[in-house]
Amino acid sequence: MRENMADFLTVDSLNKSFDGIVALENFSCKIKKKGILGLIGPNGAGKSTFFNVLTGFITCDSGKTNFMGTEITGKSADKIARMGISRTFQDLRLIRQIRVLDNILLCFRDQPGEKLRNTFIKNSLVRKKEKENKKKAVALLEYAGIADKAGSLANDLSYGQQKLLSITCCLAADADLLLLDEPVSGLNPVMIEKILSIISELPEKGKSVILIEHNMEAIMQISDRIIFMDTGKKISEGTPQEVRSDPRIIEAYLD
Amino acid sequence: MEYLLHILIYIGIYSILSVSLNLLVGYTGILSIAHAAFYGVGAYVAALMALKLHSPFILNLLLGIIAAGILGALIGIPSLRIKDDYFVIATFAFQVIVFSVLNNWVSFTSGPMGLPGIPQPDIFGLKISSHIEFLILVTLLAALVFWISNRVVKSPFGRVLKAIREDEVFAQSFGKNIFAFKLKVFMISAALAAIAGVMYATYISFIDPTSFTIMESIFIISIVIIGGAGNLWGSVIGAVVLVALPELLRFVGLPNAVAANIRQILYGSLLVIFMMWRPQGFIGEYFFKQESENQ
Ligand SMILES: Nc1ncnc2c1ncn2[C@@H]1O[C@H](COP(=O)(O)OP(=O)(O)O)[C@@H](O)[C@H]1O
Ligand SMILES: [Mg+2]
Repeated sequence: MRENMADFLTVDSLNKSFDGIVALENFSCKIKKKGILGLIGPNGAGKSTFFNVLTGFITCDSGKTNFMGTEITGKSADKIARMGISRTFQDLRLIRQIRVLDNILLCFRDQPGEKLRNTFIKNSLVRKKEKENKKKAVALLEYAGIADKAGSLANDLSYGQQKLLSITCCLAADADLLLLDEPVSGLNPVMIEKILSIISELPEKGKSVILIEHNMEAIMQISDRIIFMDTGKKISEGTPQEVRSDPRIIEAYLD
Repeated sequence: MEYLLHILIYIGIYSILSVSLNLLVGYTGILSIAHAAFYGVGAYVAALMALKLHSPFILNLLLGIIAAGILGALIGIPSLRIKDDYFVIATFAFQVIVFSVLNNWVSFTSGPMGLPGIPQPDIFGLKISSHIEFLILVTLLAALVFWISNRVVKSPFGRVLKAIREDEVFAQSFGKNIFAFKLKVFMISAALAAIAGVMYATYISFIDPTSFTIMESIFIISIVIIGGAGNLWGSVIGAVVLVALPELLRFVGLPNAVAANIRQILYGSLLVIFMMWRPQGFIGEYFFKQESENQ
């Protein structure tokens, strides 16, 4: 129990296989509040599967996850999201056929206007909240540096801006834990810098982050702890310095 | 003149049907083939109440709406949790079941003979009997349906519907309970369709099961798609075009039997043409985008 209080997220020996392919094997980890945990490992190591299990999109075969004192294993994805875990997807998901601003507005939690009856019987409350949210959304877009695109369809943004928007959506959800799946892969150095600086500012806002990334330099720069995984297992864990000198990782990444 | 009013009344009834179906097909991205069944439920509930219990029009209207909404929940609850394909099949099954009940439960619905002599609406002493009066009533109800639907789609609730249409996984990852949203919009859509049924029954004063077949569902889907899915005005325009167009065929002087076949061919070809060259319909979702952005 004491452990649960101290740890913000406790993942206890998750197992998951897909038709005999082991994607997670006794995978455990912990993250403190306001920590940035980097998750590295080769393609197919099970990193995205870990996110999918954690967020309820895939049910694990066994294992437990405790988030801020509540068991979340087996809960539905939307419920877990409402408890304060937001994520991005490796294959970049957004609502492309609505405006950038509407993507942000969609992602705020606890909107009275999402209750159908409120739209009819408490319309003034709905409008008031919507107005507030619009202000917040514009501020978030300004922070991300894409406020000038607020009125464009999300689809009309560049790839980098779309990735930026997907992270800004997580900020709108005001989640306590953000799971970012390869947030800077495929981006130009300027955009990488911008996104990394947004991520590294999250802890001071009280947020915790788990970050999957192949860009070693980036992940070493902003994580306070790193887990290296392969074939569903945790191979090693430590501070960036410790992991950097781990021969197994040097072998995997620096050949 | 009466003929023109008659066409306009039909346009009003079909606008109610297409606008309410657009909530599902256009905004939420789920296909129901049961819209004619809910239309029929509204018509039969109102007709049976009026004929058997002589209850007032407004009560019949409300009961028709409620009955369709509840039936919508009964179909939606088991089928909307699973994949959208199951929902389409469930609505198909419901459409078939409703038709067979109307057709075979002769002691209650008179089966294929239909229900004649349905009384005209009497709204707190205000009798609706002439064409113009029916046109006014149906226009008011269509405007109400449009207003409700517009409120729904412009609200944060409607924003979630669009998100569900585009990417359920994304919507879910931001805490939206997909099933709950789909169920609510399906119930609303069904309930609004019943209004058209009540109007049809009291206007024609005779109903039989053939008005509420799967062909009718497909006709309403055609209106939504040709008018423009995801745009409520598109559904009204679609209703105008698809209801008025076949009437024009009459003036060409085709015999009725031929005209009926030509109509089917016409709908089919229009649907194919639009699917291929203008999938967004007459007016796409963003036809009025400029205006709405400036608001
Ligand atoms: N939904 C799925 N169905 C079947 N196999 C899957 C699924 N998701 C992942 N896998 C498999 O699980 C393994 C781990 O994949 P993933 O978690 O995506 O790896 P990573 O993100 O580390 O590259 C891979 O072998 C992959 O093919
Ligand atoms: Mg991955």
